[in-house]
Amino acid sequence: MAEKGRTVLTGVHFVNGDVACAEGAMAAGCRFFAGYPITPATEIAERMARRMIEFGGIFVQMEDELASMAAIIGASWAGAKSMTATSGPGFSLMQENIGLAIMTETPCVVVDIMRGGPSTGQPTEGAQQDVMQAKWGSHGDYEIIALAPSSVQEMFDLTIECFNLAETYRAPTFLLADGFTGHLWERVVIPRAEEIKTVERKKPSVAPDKYIPFKPDEDLVPPMACFGEGYHVHVTGLTHDERGYPKTVDPKVQYELVKRLCGKIRRNADKIIRTYEFMLEDAEVVVIAYGIPSRASVGAVKRAREAGIKAGLLRLVTVWPFPEKQVEELSNRVKSMVVPEMNCGQVVKEVERVAKETPVHFLPKIGGEPHSPSEIFEVIRRAAKA
Amino acid sequence: MRVEIRIGGFGGQGIIRTGLILATASCVYGDKNAIQTASYGPESRGGRCRSEVIISDEDIDFPKVEHPDILVAMSQEAYLGYIDDLKETGILIVDPDLVPNQRKNSKAKIYEVPATRIAEELGKKITANVVMIGALAALTNLFNVEQLKESIRRNIPKAFIELNLSAFEKGYEHGKNLLEAKAS
Repeated sequence: MAEKGRTVLTGVHFVNGDVACAEGAMAAGCRFFAGYPITPATEIAERMARRMIEFGGIFVQMEDELASMAAIIGASWAGAKSMTATSGPGFSLMQENIGLAIMTETPCVVVDIMRGGPSTGQPTEGAQQDVMQAKWGSHGDYEIIALAPSSVQEMFDLTIECFNLAETYRAPTFLLADGFTGHLWERVVIPRAEEIKTVERKKPSVAPDKYIPFKPDEDLVPPMACFGEGYHVHVTGLTHDERGYPKTVDPKVQYELVKRLCGKIRRNADKIIRTYEFMLEDAEVVVIAYGIPSRASVGAVKRAREAGIKAGLLRLVTVWPFPEKQVEELSNRVKSMVVPEMNCGQVVKEVERVAKETPVHFLPKIGGEPHSPSEIFEVIRRAAKA
Repeated sequence: MRVEIRIGGFGGQGIIRTGLILATASCVYGDKNAIQTASYGPESRGGRCRSEVIISDEDIDFPKVEHPDILVAMSQEAYLGYIDDLKETGILIVDPDLVPNQRKNSKAKIYEVPATRIAEELGKKITANVVMIGALAALTNLFNVEQLKESIRRNIPKAFIELNLSAFEKGYEHGKNLLEAKAS
């Protein structure tokens, strides 16, 4: 499917999730990729290495993941849409510089194709064990955006969405995919370039001598002048004032900055969050799932309906910020909730926090194999009886 | 309709490409949904290798094969490892030269396709997987022959397309002969 020179490979393809992610990135305007290969994310780097050169994009294989993250921050400040892709061990190494991207409000996309951990764990098996790490992995207070694809088509679509969100909110944005979806082969329909919605970062509307680099607009996001565009910009990981200069002992500066870094995501949560609903109207038992378990959940819900149980599914396309409103609203009208995850319990804690008194049944799955519909159906059945 | 196919063998036999060709034929050239998953060991040649394809008229919610309708065994190990998963009324296709020890099997329809031998006669052992695809096309009515040929053209390097298309024909012929023999 590699036609020379085209950034958007319009057409119908049969590819794996990693390749779809790479194609989504290029379709979104990614022109700089830095990474270090790691199973099950390697195919993203391979695809980028082969394709970016066809139209003048840059691919760099870095010495490690610390440098990969640093490189995409630098590239973003040089004006490029940039991305890296990794899996658990590499994601751990990226955490410090993810904090730098948050603090410097650098639009960039980090893809984590999750495999089983801790440590090097299960390279070729899928998992959902990095969800809390994505939220809390770097030190300090912050909010991030993370999307969880559950099909190869979504590996394409949501990678584009990640770029658009990163550009809109000037924040590193995560595509949190399980290794199963990364390695799944499925049909992908790539639309024509002009049908793909892409977003570019806000640029200053004032002359260079009037520009205050970290002074936010109404939406709490400051317009971004990149290096070499004629504006005076200073970028630091230290606590800084609106001019971008360190002010590390002034409590008010730290307070205003951190409040805004969190606030620009929290306050815009309604615009960011996307969920998918299946048979929720009259549901009494609701499955809340994201990524690959949400597919088996669809099958389980159908089976439950056939068995006379009013079941439904809320699929979290956005995992962070957590869709609190949606879950809370549901918890007020359903009997119980079922959360299948390929980990020992991560998003379920958020569901429990929001659902309060509504019983939440957790269905963990460790080992690499995703839940089967019958496993989820059994829990739905128990939840319905309880 | 949801049909689950598992193809097992060892690395280097084109097991994963077989799945790729079948699935592409169904969902890119055909109007069905299809997915492929693969599992393999760290060795690229000689290790255990498995490809699974699901073909369906509807959305494929669960992307794993639990009990295949069709099992293609291209190694003794794959045969032993997967034979018990096969649906009772399923179809088993084996390369008898690679699976010398077969159990007396129940209700499954069993077809022997010496794909590797046929491929060797064509001059390239490596096309055994495409011989199998030809046989599959003849032995099941899951695939459209033209769509499979399109898929072979798309998924095989240019220089080897003709060779693989003749491998396909040989396999298809063998499959048809098996069906006729069964019918008579």
